[in-house]
Amino acid sequence: MVTFIIRRLIGAVLTLLIVSMITFGIFYLVPRWVGATAADLASRYVGRTANAEQVAAAVKALGLDKPFYVQYWSWLKAIFVGQDVNTGTAIDHCPAPCLGYSFIGRNPVWPDLLDRLPVTASLAFGAAIIWLLSGVAIGVLSALRRGSVFDRAAMGVALGGVSLPIFWTGIVCLVIFSYGLGWTAPGGTYTPIQQNPATWAYDMILPWITLALLFSAAYARLTRAGMLETMGEDYIRTARAKGLQERTVVTRHGLRAALTPIVTIFGLDVGLLLGGAVLTESTFSLPGLGKYAIDGIIASDMPKVMGVTLLAAFFVVVANLIVDVLYAVIDPRVRLS
Amino acid sequence: MPDDHSFLEVRDLKIHFPTDDGVVKSVDGLSFSLDRGRTLGIVGESGSGKSVTSLGVLGLHNKRNARVSGEIWLDGTELVDAPPETVRKMRGRKMAMIFQDPLSAMHPYYTVGRQIIEAYRVHNDVSKSVARKHAIDMLGRVGIPQPERRVDDYPHQFSGGMRQRAMIAMALSCDPELLIADEPTTALDVTVQAQILDLMRTLQQEFNSALIIITHDLGVVAELADDVLVMYAGQCGEYGRATTIFERPEYPYTWGLLGSMPRLDRVVAERLLPIAGAPPSLINVPSGCTFHPRCPYEPLTGGLGRTEHPELVDAGGGHLVRCHLPIAVRRRIWAEEIKPKMEGQ
Repeated sequence: MVTFIIRRLIGAVLTLLIVSMITFGIFYLVPRWVGATAADLASRYVGRTANAEQVAAAVKALGLDKPFYVQYWSWLKAIFVGQDVNTGTAIDHCPAPCLGYSFIGRNPVWPDLLDRLPVTASLAFGAAIIWLLSGVAIGVLSALRRGSVFDRAAMGVALGGVSLPIFWTGIVCLVIFSYGLGWTAPGGTYTPIQQNPATWAYDMILPWITLALLFSAAYARLTRAGMLETMGEDYIRTARAKGLQERTVVTRHGLRAALTPIVTIFGLDVGLLLGGAVLTESTFSLPGLGKYAIDGIIASDMPKVMGVTLLAAFFVVVANLIVDVLYAVIDPRVRLS
Repeated sequence: MPDDHSFLEVRDLKIHFPTDDGVVKSVDGLSFSLDRGRTLGIVGESGSGKSVTSLGVLGLHNKRNARVSGEIWLDGTELVDAPPETVRKMRGRKMAMIFQDPLSAMHPYYTVGRQIIEAYRVHNDVSKSVARKHAIDMLGRVGIPQPERRVDDYPHQFSGGMRQRAMIAMALSCDPELLIADEPTTALDVTVQAQILDLMRTLQQEFNSALIIITHDLGVVAELADDVLVMYAGQCGEYGRATTIFERPEYPYTWGLLGSMPRLDRVVAERLLPIAGAPPSLINVPSGCTFHPRCPYEPLTGGLGRTEHPELVDAGGGHLVRCHLPIAVRRRIWAEEIKPKMEGQ
């Protein structure tokens, strides 16, 4: 078990290193290959209103005049030890972990990310609980009553849920529940949970439901398919032959086995969402990581986008690691060696 | 309560499955009886309805897709029309089942011990530690070495033979009076098969249970059974004492089964005598005798085999046979044609 985790940790670090290279490549290298000059590139880091002097400062600060491997190295090194940034008018320090320095805001990106993370985490975990419970419950009932009115209705709604884009369901929900009925917050506000849990939930409930609708539809279909498969297994017949109550047969024997693939996908989905639920955050104007990245793109503030990209990659890799370990806990046939 | 006081009494059991293509008559009017301490072998090829019968006795057919009728009396209780909850409480405690492939029949995520404990605790209000001791005891009784250590192993950590032993331990955990073994040795090595058969015989004597062995392997039946029931197309083709059926079978399909069984004592040059054709469709059952399209003696019936379905008739001493051929003709064919070939003379 310990060896397995250590080996997976090394793998995770390597993955992150590769992700960092790709990220660096996309933002620094590829534009140069297609003909952008150092100044062109620098202008994307200082915003649209920057003057030539600021651009030149950025070229120097970013090291865009140096060979690419030197650039990559200093960029990577900054993540671990921090770096001094020449903003053209002053020298600012970007402490480790320096995931980038915003020339527009004149501030390191990392503290911003830390500010935004609780919003995204609230959104992701809250929605995850809703979609996991509802999706699995609907899926199980559908599978047990295969072909019934409930099954057909649930799967029809699920198909709709999977197909409808968040920016549409989100806006419809806002129009109905917030502007129409006045039951929920109109979006754009976020109250930290430690400040007031009730207000926190009130602000988040609509984004949760909107996001959960999309995922619970997928999870319901997944659970239904898994249950249909496991309920036909020989060991289910054995469980019934033992005289177990049908409820026990379904939950302890059927659902237990059907949950394995769901746990895997759940881990990856949550990991992915922690890197920013771009559409949901934009629709509800939630100040999370996704919104931060979008703002960065719009303002040509690439360090922000890169910071979010790296953090998102980190969450996905960690989620993968957790899922792998969980797999062995769930399924004893998986050997961790 | 039937006047005949057999422990298990199955009367005119029918298990039909309505499908889009028609009604599949998997079991169509089956009757047999069995006492405690005795063993019945139900023999037939794939699709003859033997497994469906066993699941029917345990009430494991889904009421939504199976139509079950007839009577199943187990120790004075009728099961077909009983409330599902009554039958559920009898499953595992009064009647238990051993399945063919123990690897797929045991839950891969739970230890063997936990699965036995679960089976025991459904019907016995005891603490986990008491049930655990019982599970270890049961594993020891079916011949698993170091049961107190193996009880915490998962099914995939057992070998095939040990897994089947564990399955038997689970089935016997509540001391059932009726034990149904559905192809208990089919998934096992030949050497292990013999051990398992031996174990089942010993345990049956020890527990004094009624045992039904379902198999296509006449060798297994010869080894264990007191009575034999040969199934064909969901019906009983021949039913009687095992000694009678092995010495003087009268149903042409049984001859075919015996002839297609490889035997070491037969002359090597002698070829197996397979049954021609394929098992019949259970939706469009052949007209007349269901076996007539594959029966080499059908011409001897003078066309009766094609048009009329024969009744199950007592050929003497409770030996029931479903065949149009006159008893004398059947006995002559067996004695003069089949038996010499089987013995390779």
